[in-house]
Amino acid sequence: MAELNKEEFKRYSRHLIIPEFGLEGQKRLKAAKVLVVGAGGLGSPLLQYLAAAGIGKIGIVDFDVVEDSNLQRQVLFGVADLGKSKAQAAKERLLNLNPHIEIQTYETRISSENALEIIKDYDLVADGTDNFPTRYLINDACVLLDKPNVYASIFRFEGQLSVFNYVDAEGVRGPNYRDLFPEPPPPGLVPSCAEGGVIGVLPGILGSLQANEVIKLLSGVGEPLSGRLFLFDASSFQTRTLKVRRDPANPLNGENPTQTELIDYQQFCGIGDTAAEERAVKEVDVEDLKSLQESGEQFQLIDVREPYEYEIANLEGELIPLGVIADAALKIKRDQKVVIHCRSGKRSAKAIRTLEDLHGFDNLYNLKGGILAYAEEVNPELNVY
Amino acid sequence: MATIIIPTPLRKFTDNKSSFDSDGSTVQAALDQLVGEYDTLGKQLLTEDGRLRSFLKVYVGDEDIQQLDGTKTALNSDTVVSIIPAIAGGVQ
Repeated sequence: MAELNKEEFKRYSRHLIIPEFGLEGQKRLKAAKVLVVGAGGLGSPLLQYLAAAGIGKIGIVDFDVVEDSNLQRQVLFGVADLGKSKAQAAKERLLNLNPHIEIQTYETRISSENALEIIKDYDLVADGTDNFPTRYLINDACVLLDKPNVYASIFRFEGQLSVFNYVDAEGVRGPNYRDLFPEPPPPGLVPSCAEGGVIGVLPGILGSLQANEVIKLLSGVGEPLSGRLFLFDASSFQTRTLKVRRDPANPLNGENPTQTELIDYQQFCGIGDTAAEERAVKEVDVEDLKSLQESGEQFQLIDVREPYEYEIANLEGELIPLGVIADAALKIKRDQKVVIHCRSGKRSAKAIRTLEDLHGFDNLYNLKGGILAYAEEVNPELNVY
Repeated sequence: MATIIIPTPLRKFTDNKSSFDSDGSTVQAALDQLVGEYDTLGKQLLTEDGRLRSFLKVYVGDEDIQQLDGTKTALNSDTVVSIIPAIAGGVQ
């Protein structure tokens, strides 16, 4: 096993003096290879604590670049990193934190084509991604490659944490994500953090707990959160730990396994299908809207976002949130052009389909790109979010 | 009276209420009361033939009701029923 040098003895002394952890535990961390998928909200504390703890090799998978709206919670990055690759910026920060470790970056989107190849050389995976297709992909790849998967997920004030596919000292294998949730929710039901928001400190808490589980698994100290799901509600400060058991119907490793390779996870999560099913609606672009505003022609502008979004920025449209649009037909004019908008154009398209289907409107136009496009092309003074 | 804890993603269907008190004596009775109070929640929780959707788990205490008596699981006055949805957030 890897030996520690003099500097490392000094650096890790607070680990070394924990009786059950000791030199043995630290050497195990040094010999370990951990893959972190997602250098974002969860990845920020996770990567920093893993690097600081002296994990010998850390792989970082992230295809994204650092943006302004990340800095509210992704404390790995600063203003100087804006526009840089997250994986690269993370690597620089982490090597500054601990030069005794190795960092490998993968500036790519993890997919069914590359997941097995990327994951196979690591001892375990920590999943800090943000969408269902990737969650199932990582889970399945870990089961197929026999790697533990330390999982955390967050939404608004709520977090979930578990250790999947862990084999204990007696050789008993714990459950995986498919035992807990055999299927993902239909698209649109559970909003992403980009749509639903997340309190900045929550990924800090969950990502730190995730790092703790990684360190426990690698060092062999403590009792891993396998077969249990930890839930944390930051708003009420409620915590619960629930039991998770293996499901005999699990297609990967249940009683009659049917899945022996990675699949198309977009399709599994119903994502490709809905886009095709959605009927196109009539559109105007932001230049058209600007001309309409300047022409003096009578038209109605409706904003289907939420009141708290309206407060951030608005085009002085009439606010009728998507959730109540079906019951608001009387407020919508039939004798003139009606332009409907939201933040990016998705919700307004949905509103138009609803109004057309339920109330037979034929004079509704979706503002392409929503208020974001308007801010970018017509009025840069508007706040964007 | 059993308490059902409503997870964040479903609170938009419960007027932002985070819990619901029910005097139902089984999980089914308690869920029926909940759905009776918030009818738009019903479509999110149950399939057309009335079964729980597979991206949701219902727990009584710390145990999945599938390990107990399913929706017939009995509730006591101090039981906590948790509805657990899959959530995926992390990076963005």
